[in-house]
Formats: sequence, structure tokens, C-alpha cells
Amino acid sequence: MALLQIAEPGQSAMPHKHRLAVGIDLGTTNSLVATVRNGIAVCLTDEQGRALLPSLVHYRDNDIELGFDAMNARVSDPRNTIVSVKRFMGRGLADVAHIEAMPYIFEETPGMLRLRTAQGSKSPVEISAEILRVLRKRAEASLGGELTGAVVTVPAYFDDAQRQATRDAARLAGLHVLRLLNEPTAAAVAYGLDNTSEGVYAVFDLGGGTFDLSILKLTRGVFEVLATNGDTALGGDDFDHRLYCWALDHARIAPPSAEDARRLQMAARAVKELLTVSEEAPFRLRLDSGEEVDLTVTRTDFFEMTRPLVQKTLVPVKRALRDAGLSPRDVKGVVMVGGATRMPHIQRTVAEYFGQEPLTNLDPDKVVALGAAMQANALAGNRREDDQWLLLDVIPLSLGLETMGGLSEKIIPRNATLPVARAQEFTTFKDGQTAMSFHIVQGERELVSDCRSLARFELRGIPPMAAGAARIRVTFQVDADGLLSVSALETSTGVEASIHVKPSYGLTDDEIAAMLRSGLENADGDQAARALREQRVEAERILEACTQALAADGDLLDEAERTAIDALIARLRKLTAGHDAATLSEGVNTLSRATEDFAARRMNRTLRSALTGHNIDEL
Amino acid sequence: MSITLTERAARHVGNFIDKRGKGFGIRLGVKTSGCSGMAYKLEFVDQALDDDLVFDSHGVKVVIDRKSLAYLNGTELDYVREGLNEGFKFNNPNAKNQCGCGESFNV
Repeated sequence: MALLQIAEPGQSAMPHKHRLAVGIDLGTTNSLVATVRNGIAVCLTDEQGRALLPSLVHYRDNDIELGFDAMNARVSDPRNTIVSVKRFMGRGLADVAHIEAMPYIFEETPGMLRLRTAQGSKSPVEISAEILRVLRKRAEASLGGELTGAVVTVPAYFDDAQRQATRDAARLAGLHVLRLLNEPTAAAVAYGLDNTSEGVYAVFDLGGGTFDLSILKLTRGVFEVLATNGDTALGGDDFDHRLYCWALDHARIAPPSAEDARRLQMAARAVKELLTVSEEAPFRLRLDSGEEVDLTVTRTDFFEMTRPLVQKTLVPVKRALRDAGLSPRDVKGVVMVGGATRMPHIQRTVAEYFGQEPLTNLDPDKVVALGAAMQANALAGNRREDDQWLLLDVIPLSLGLETMGGLSEKIIPRNATLPVARAQEFTTFKDGQTAMSFHIVQGERELVSDCRSLARFELRGIPPMAAGAARIRVTFQVDADGLLSVSALETSTGVEASIHVKPSYGLTDDEIAAMLRSGLENADGDQAARALREQRVEAERILEACTQALAADGDLLDEAERTAIDALIARLRKLTAGHDAATLSEGVNTLSRATEDFAARRMNRTLRSALTGHNIDEL
Repeated sequence: MSITLTERAARHVGNFIDKRGKGFGIRLGVKTSGCSGMAYKLEFVDQALDDDLVFDSHGVKVVIDRKSLAYLNGTELDYVREGLNEGFKFNNPNAKNQCGCGESFNV
């Protein structure tokens, strides 16, 4: 039978009408599910009272092991035990770093890579869905009913492809996704920052294997991501590893076997955790080799050996602040996320850098899931009328269209709040052009080749018109989950084409961070490149026009005139291959001036032929 | 005339009110609907109304309106754990039968 929860005044649900909603933190290392119960966000636990579910899936011949049950299989059956599948979401083979060091058999398929397992070929979406399915079942068992919906969190730098993949995984797991929410935003929500005054906040997320730093700006209930930065190879595991190396050094033991190494690593982790609450910890272990490790680690020792790692976290912090054009003093609050932020020297370093104590009173492992649960609760309609808050998300990277010359025309700028729709008119480039192809790109750079290609589609059936006469209205629409659809409409005839962007593959985390950075650093170089492209397009346009004119009315020119023009055309053709915008521009102008007289004669001929046989009074 | 909480239920209610940061107590009540006629209501209370009766049970203020009391008199509210699920359960001596889900009942 159903057990009741205390509702907010006036908010008791009708029987059988409970709107059960959960927040899910689908993490690289661990995943969690949380809900709002009796007015408080709580993480839901398994039968053993554990909130964390290791993001591990072990495919066996006939069944699947998951979470803690799959821990041992990492060593015994690495090929079929998928660790950190989040790194593969929405990615092609070329996108994943250090792929050669991974124990998996990868398959390249259009769009997203796949992994060959004991149960056949699996996509990252299917593997993530297994994790989500366990969390969904846990939530349904805990809440005593079917879920109305879920909010699933994603890193702020996830692009369209990665978000789409996450959403697909949730759908595959039988979840109705109310919203995808940025992880740092969820953490800020858990701390109730969305209800506080406006300002800039930093979210410092040091997980098991990755570090992410996000700078958020809250304005009128909207969290904008001003900058993200991070280190995909820095996390709590590195601190364990330093301790492990230190122990090997000090215990003077022979190089350990694989099994002993694993036990030493686990002991190192336990020592690290103990040192967050006590001043010293014993590192004691009897190895299978018969050797004994009997050491004592003090906090000072530990801080000393891991100081370089702590300093390393400040690099992305500084970069993100620089990208956002801010100084540490501009930051109003710092939210700590990830188990590794429990370490006292991390907290102290952050406090010193920002000149204030970071927010640490919520469990850093759970804070993202808790914030997602609060958002889910609100979206499912379980809040009082007067207590409604609307949390808006933003576009992580600008969305644009390729225009002539390989330039990216940004239609929706970065940080536009969702949902959003923007339209822009484009026209044809050539006379009688009946089709137009659209190339949708994402990124901050001016040149398409520096942005990420998301999708392509074509608009056909444009009636033949002079170049520039057709009016093609292109509309970009992004829904509340950050998913894009694009449509193109030729306004005079109503011919239309559209596409839901199911991007072929996404960006790597580093790429996004790098793209954001280079967009700022290369602003000057980009402008020069833009100028060159623009001149090239102009040159091609005039060459095309001249060629056509000569073909049609070449007889209007005498031989000398014709030779002169042909020479200028040849010269401009050569210049278009060059890299100097200024000389190209000069070539365009010269040809343009030299053909002015020819153009005038052509005009007269057209006029004459139009007038032939007409009385001047008729006009 | 009384409504009581088990000690365990009172402890949990106290906890929830603390974490919520505000609240006078909890409201028990009934409303019509559901597959078996009436449904239980369980909410936080910020302010008791004129029509309300207030009981004290293990230090928790239990608020109920007079109409609901007729259906709930003698009820004991318990907090139970069933597998992964946990929550409040009405032990209502007036209920003649209830639907399988326990959310609605008949007197």
C-alpha cells in the first residue's frame, strides 16, 4: 500500500494522482537519483542504504551486472565492463582521447561509436540507459509508484549531440525527461542560490577523475554559463595515486603484483578519506607477497605530496575567470561539488583564492542530484502557486549557418535563454538557383572549419529568380532541453524544408573549452580570415557575372577591349587563390571599373530591344 | 476525541519541520474522492485556522478541521518503512474498508 508524505499546505495530491518526479545525476564515475519528499530533497538509496551507484555496466553472456556488483569485473573482465561511458555519449571514435589505451573493442558507426560486448554491439546510449533503468526502478520502489518525469543533469559544456544522446538514453530507460539541466546550475539550485540575490557564482566540481569549473551568472532567475573550464584528467583518484606512490617509496617493498597494487590503491583511498577528519592516519596492510606496510601519514605529509595537484585546479579556475572577464573578487559564492572537495586543503586553497569560505554544508557527492530533484519537483507541478520559480537554461555554444565563403553566420548567440527561436533571411547567390543547401554549425569562431558541424539539409523547389531576389527565411528553434530544429521557407512560394538536428557526433570536452577560449584569443585573426573570405566571395561573384555577360553580349566589345577584360579576369582568378584580402579587393575593383563601360553598353542594348516596336508614348 | 502520532512518526515530523525551516505542525484531514470514497490529507501547517482543533502528540502539533475529525477520531499516525519505500500510514479505526492502495477509504 502507498505510504503518505507530508505535502506543502494545500498541495495534497488526489489519491492515485501523485506526481512523482526525480532528479538524476548521471555521472562519469557515479550516478544518483533524488526526489523531494516531505518537502525536502533527499537521495534515494538501494537495499544496502547506498545512495551512489557506480556508473559501471558489465555485460555477461546472459545477463548484466551493474554498479557495485560490477566492481570486480573491471579487473576480471575489462573488455565487457564499461567504465565512464559518459565520455562516449554522442561521440565518434575520433572524438575520444586516449582511446587506444582503453580495453574495449570499438566500432565506428555513422554518428556515434559503438562497443562490442559479450552481448553484441552496444551504443553508449544503450549502456547509459542500463544505469538509468536501475535508478528508475530504485525510485519507483522507493516512492511506491510510477514516475511522472525526471530531470537529468549534463555538464555545462555538453553540446547538442551529447545532450541528445543523454535524452535518448533516458527515454530508452523508460523515463519521461522533463528537462536536461546543467550540472553546475543544479548544484547552485540545491544551495537555493536561485532564490537569492543576483550575482556571479563559481561551481568547483572535483570528481573522481575529472575537474570542471563553471562560472554562472544569475539574473532574474536565469543562470547563464559565463565560462567553463576544466581538466579531464584530474580528480580524486590522482590524490589516491600520490599516496600510493608515497607508500611504495616509504615501505620499501618490491614492485607489487596487480592484486597487491589494487589493495594498496584501496588502502590509499581509505587513508585519504580518514585524513579529511583526523590529523593522521595509519597506512597498514599485509600484502599477498608476505611483505608488510606499516606507515603513518600525517595531514601535513599528505598536503605536501599533493600540493601540485591542488595547484593544478587553480589553472582552469583562472582561465575561466579570464574568459568571463572577471576577477576572483567578483564571485559572490563558490559551490563545492564532488567527493574530492571534502579534502581540507582543497577547501582552504579555494577559500584563499576567492577570499571567502566556499559552500560545503551539502554533501558534495549528492548536491547535483538534489538540485535536479528540486527542479523536477517544481516542473511536475508540486509547488505552491506563490512559490513558483522558473529556472531557465541557456545555449552553451552559438548556433549558426554556413554562408558563402565558409563563414559562420550566428543565428542564436551563446547564452541565449531557452526556449528560443530566431529567424534570419537569406537569398540566392546565382541566377536561377533552385536549391539551397544549409549547413548548421555550433561554435564561437568565424570560420565554419573551426566550428562543429551539426547537420546539413537542402531546400529544393525555389522558383528560378535572379540572384538575390529569392527570400529564404531560416528559423532556428531550440526547445527547453536545448535541442535544435531548423526550418527554411522560401517566402514568395511557401516552399519549405526543415530538419530536427540529430547531430552526427559531438565535441570533446576539451574541444568545447578550447573553442570557447580560442574564440576569444583569435578574435583578431578570425577577423582577418573573415575579410579574406568576404573578398573571395565578392571576387567569385564578379567573375561569374562577367563570364555570363561576355557570353551573352561579347559582340559589343572590340578585340582590344575584350583582351583587356579577359586579362583582368585571368588576373583576378589568380588572386582568389592568394591570401591577401587587400590585393584581392583591389583586383575586384579594377575589374569592376574596367567593365563599367561594357555594362553601360549592355544596358543600352537591352533598353533598345525592349523599346523596339513601341511608341515612346506607350512608356 | 483525539488524534495521536506514534513516537516514531512524531520524531520524523519534527525532523521534517526542522529541515523545512518553518511550520507550526502538521494537518491531517480527509477529502472526498478516490476509488473508495475518501482520501487522507497530510500537509505542513504554517498557521492554524479558526475552525481547527489542535492536538499535541509527543511534542508535535496536530491540526485537524472539525469535519475531518468525525472521520478520523481515534486515528494513530505511524511512520513505517516497507522495503525501499518509507512514509506515513493512517491507522484509522473508523475505516471500514480501504482500496488496495491505502490512499482512500470508506466509513
